[in-house]
Amino acid sequence: MTVIEARGLRKDFGATTALDGVDLRVEEGRILGLIGPNGAGKTTALNAILGLTPYQGELKVLGRNPWTERDQLMRDVCFIADVAVLPRWLRVAQALDYVAGVHPRFDRAKAEALLARTDIKRTRKVRELSKGMVTQLHLALVMAIDAPLLVLDEPTLGLDILYRKQFYDSLLNDYFDRTRTIVVTTHQVEEIQHVLTDLMFIDRGRIVLDCTMEAFEARYLEVLVPPEHVAAAQALKPIHERQLFGRSILLFENADRLQLAALGDVRTPSIADVFVAVMGPHGGPGQGAAR
Amino acid sequence: MTTPSNHGPEPPADMPAAAPALLRATRPLYWSVRRELWENKSIYLAPLAAGAVLLFGFAISTITLPRRMQAVLALDPGRQSATVTMPYNVIAGLVFVTAFIVAVFYCLDALHGERRDRSILFWKSLPVSDLTTVISKASVPLVVLPLIVLAVVVTAHLFILTLSTLALLGNGPGLATLWTHVRVFQTAVALVYALIAISLWHAPLYGWLLLVSAWARRSAFLWAALPPLAIAVFERIVFQSSHFGRWLAWRLAGWFTQAFVPRVKGTAVEPLASMTPGKLLTTPGLWAGLLFAALFLFAAVRVRRNREPI
Repeated sequence: MTVIEARGLRKDFGATTALDGVDLRVEEGRILGLIGPNGAGKTTALNAILGLTPYQGELKVLGRNPWTERDQLMRDVCFIADVAVLPRWLRVAQALDYVAGVHPRFDRAKAEALLARTDIKRTRKVRELSKGMVTQLHLALVMAIDAPLLVLDEPTLGLDILYRKQFYDSLLNDYFDRTRTIVVTTHQVEEIQHVLTDLMFIDRGRIVLDCTMEAFEARYLEVLVPPEHVAAAQALKPIHERQLFGRSILLFENADRLQLAALGDVRTPSIADVFVAVMGPHGGPGQGAAR
Repeated sequence: MTTPSNHGPEPPADMPAAAPALLRATRPLYWSVRRELWENKSIYLAPLAAGAVLLFGFAISTITLPRRMQAVLALDPGRQSATVTMPYNVIAGLVFVTAFIVAVFYCLDALHGERRDRSILFWKSLPVSDLTTVISKASVPLVVLPLIVLAVVVTAHLFILTLSTLALLGNGPGLATLWTHVRVFQTAVALVYALIAISLWHAPLYGWLLLVSAWARRSAFLWAALPPLAIAVFERIVFQSSHFGRWLAWRLAGWFTQAFVPRVKGTAVEPLASMTPGKLLTTPGLWAGLLFAALFLFAAVRVRRNREPI
């Protein structure tokens, strides 16, 4: 089943184009990472998918038009739009009451069980919780909703490494079950590399790379080349080259693995390195996102 | 508001077949209104505080009530009534005004605050339509606050009447005068009527404030208040007239002259006899106002749909 299908998705803010004819297709059971520099159009794309912003072009999410049917769509879609969106005056118990009140697919017992694993007290207000706890609370609310699509926009922004790791572990172990679909954007690319099944690079409102992680691993290879083989390796036209501790690391696209193995250690590159290679040449902003 | 239950879904097993559909439709609205009360405690705290302070003041003044009652007995019946019912009217009036102020500031913040603190992204991540949200917010000044005002005022009235009765025990004529002029039940009926009249009359005002609150990026108060002020000043300068200002005053206070017989100082008016619902309901301004209220609220729904955090 196709969960998200977009054709020629466009969005202009005055003179700037946030989405420039995006075609997108996400199948059920995938975990898609949407990676791009700041201002590339990631959030705009997610907002269109969530029915938060009008757009041009065709877009169907779970068979619905998100802009005209947002409230019905939200029964089947959950989203966490970065951390600090839970209102600060809300008490934890009120959050549970409210979501249980308005969401027909919310399993309160499950949310309570998830919260019981944390230090979050029921009587606390959101303003009294740490940033990490707010995220735990939001995740507990969202994971207790039986929804086929989960959208995460920078869900771990500003969290320390422990909470970030816990966030994705929890998501994979307690939530993801192969019938659900997750779309995630993040700047912390390295942390989700092992989580993703699909990868999409977006830049200046266009999709510049769209592949499964298997295809990614087959397509991009990274070789650690000792100095004596550098010239031979460069002859094979790497798409990117960098130095690390006196050794050269060369990135190849669609190269022959056996041929590369003769030149040095071959491994799968990180998404961040491929991102820099793909985005780097034509724009500065790409660097920031690919830390 | 239906049930004060603090717990999640009721077990659907023991409900009639038609109930779930209705429940599904009204549950988000019910919880959205409760949400407003969680966020804005002033909705009930301010009228309660106003009522409590006034009540405290009048409770102390009952010490001198027997002496004052002697003076009242010497007056003619019209003045007697005005004097005896004064505390009751003052309490009602001041709680009304408090609720009005709360309602105005509530509306100005209702659709603005959620964008300021970015929580609109959380509310919009749940299956609650913009229409339900706007209706729930409009129902606070139009339904919830009037109900709170009614409860506070009637409680305060009963309280003062009890205290006054106790203070006048053993003072036969004084007690008789008190109970002749203070008619708790009739006053309560008149209160309900007045609150409905005010809600209907002020609906366009609240609609306008909610629309501005949904639309303005900042200073919702200025956007709401400056245009009418500018029009009034412009009219004053260009035409040396003040029709617009008078019209505004009528939009704020006109409900009283339409809903009740105008009071003549020093005469006794029965609360029930002073009500003129026919005159109120045949005032074109009332219906025009309701039409504008609907338009403003509809516009607020459309605007909220487009709005992002600021």
